[in-house]
Amino acid sequence: MLAYLIRRLLWLPLLLIIVSFITFTLGYYGPADPIVALLGQHYDPEIATQLAREYGFDQPFAVQYLKYLERIARLDFGESIKYRNQPVLRLLIPRLAITIQLNAVSSFIGVVLGIGTGVTAALWRGKWVDRLVVFGVVFGRAIPVFVAGPILLFLFARTVPVLPAGGWDGIFSRSAVLPVVLLSIGPMAIFARQTRSGMLEVMGQDYIRTARAKGLREVAVVTVHALRNAFIPLLTILGFLLGSLVEGTFLTETIFGIPGMGQFAFEALGGRDYPVIITVTLLVAVAYALGNLWVDVLYGVVDPRIRQA
Amino acid sequence: MSTQAGADLRLGMTTRPVRPRRTLWGDVWHRLRRNGPAMAGLTIIILMYLTAILAPLIAPYEYDKIDLEQVRAGPSPQHLMGTDELGRDVFSRIVWAARSAAFVSITVTGFGLALGIFFGVLSGYLGGRVDMLIMRLGDVLFAFPGLLFVFFIAATIRPGLIAWVKAIGLRDLARSGYVDYLVVIIALSLVGWPGLARLIRGQLLSLKKRDYVLAAQAIGVPTWRIMLRHLLPNAMPPVIVAVSGGIGGIILSEATLSFLGIGLQPPNPSWGAMLYQYYGYWRTELWPLLFIPAAVLVAIVLAFNFVGDGLNEALNPQLD
Repeated sequence: MLAYLIRRLLWLPLLLIIVSFITFTLGYYGPADPIVALLGQHYDPEIATQLAREYGFDQPFAVQYLKYLERIARLDFGESIKYRNQPVLRLLIPRLAITIQLNAVSSFIGVVLGIGTGVTAALWRGKWVDRLVVFGVVFGRAIPVFVAGPILLFLFARTVPVLPAGGWDGIFSRSAVLPVVLLSIGPMAIFARQTRSGMLEVMGQDYIRTARAKGLREVAVVTVHALRNAFIPLLTILGFLLGSLVEGTFLTETIFGIPGMGQFAFEALGGRDYPVIITVTLLVAVAYALGNLWVDVLYGVVDPRIRQA
Repeated sequence: MSTQAGADLRLGMTTRPVRPRRTLWGDVWHRLRRNGPAMAGLTIIILMYLTAILAPLIAPYEYDKIDLEQVRAGPSPQHLMGTDELGRDVFSRIVWAARSAAFVSITVTGFGLALGIFFGVLSGYLGGRVDMLIMRLGDVLFAFPGLLFVFFIAATIRPGLIAWVKAIGLRDLARSGYVDYLVVIIALSLVGWPGLARLIRGQLLSLKKRDYVLAAQAIGVPTWRIMLRHLLPNAMPPVIVAVSGGIGGIILSEATLSFLGIGLQPPNPSWGAMLYQYYGYWRTELWPLLFIPAAVLVAIVLAFNFVGDGLNEALNPQLD
């Protein structure tokens, strides 16, 4: 397990170098000139050359890339091109904080509600609760974020105007309600589905019959014996959850105008703000890799059979 | 089972009545046909592709026909779903968008499959360093949430692609909206292949040790022939399932890109771009328009989910 963990961690810096190389190359040979994006179509060529020298854009590729790697090693991600003289990191951190709050709250709500409804459905299999959950899951899985977003906005900002249509006043404000609902639909549907089928499978096992036979109360049977074992397959989808959250954040922040990392990155893509794009890309790669690693470690914790392998 | 019985029959080794011979896909179809949601899904999918093919016959107007005298008109016999702020017929645009979705999904599937087979075969059959290199490349692509990578590619290659198209002398093409399709197709194809390559590689690795392959090698059948005649056809069934499951995802990705304004852009017809445009109307009287592309997209995703689940169940009947 430890050797495996170390091997996985060693792969991480290599992955980062490759990812930075790809993004840097696309940025370097990318035809979109960030200087033109900054100055607009009718720019003064002299200012452009001066700016290019200032940013080091006139040097050969290898030199620029090595310099870039060296700066990254010092956690210096350069300055944004759009917000002049502002280090990318300083721009990114407050936005990242918003994104993390939003994601943490939504995935927590989504996972808890999803497991809850999944267990409920499995315990009342075939009853109306179960049918309702199954039906809800089918739609929850099928409705894309960018379809549900506008519809939620329409329902709660126009038809029954109780919530603001956008903006951000912190995670505990009314402005966070719609984005959180939107971001938790997906995880909730996936977790409800997986929990339900996991519970149904586990409830048919011999050890559940044994537990009942020795006179345990049903609550104990479900929580101690069934749930713990139904959790294992849930970990697999935790990895998927991570990916869908990143994508969902991009869309949700864009739809509701939340000043988080997703919106920032999207704005940077439009403005060819390469230092920002590359930093966000690296950050997402690290987060994604660490997330997947964490899921693998959790596997070992939950299921001792895997630890030995 | 059925092939075994069929083989016995041909050899004249049995006299008992046998079940009519069925292929794997015949079996799957038989089970799928009894699955209501899957058949409903299949119907929707077929309708979508038919609409795409027959778009010029079904749509009463061109997708970009602007009629400034009929701006923001409600539903009427002339405009079944009304018109938008430029007087474009909403129904026609919905119909033409089916063609965009069909075109993008078919080409991306084709390119993705071609790349996946190419790299998967190289990797699985040659092994060694080539295998290592290709699989690590796949790992790097897997290190991102897929759609984010697509956003990144789509947003970066557009200007370059336009410049390049101009440079090879196709100025009209560069100015037309068709470059958008190229952007979307390239971005989605690049992201789709590693999964397929992995799948094919895995299949080949297990197949190439089979006796019939060894036999073919022993009698000196050329490698390319073994590949085409023996390995690829047998590696295909799971690939076909994976690919058909991916088509819905491709249509959804195109819509997502277009919704974000980095995919197909107006006046090109796309459900995603229309959703974005109509969602901008939410404060105005045109709000009902929002629900048209929304309903179409949800119906199509549902359809693909139902067919995908149905196919899975039909291929693995023990899942219950």
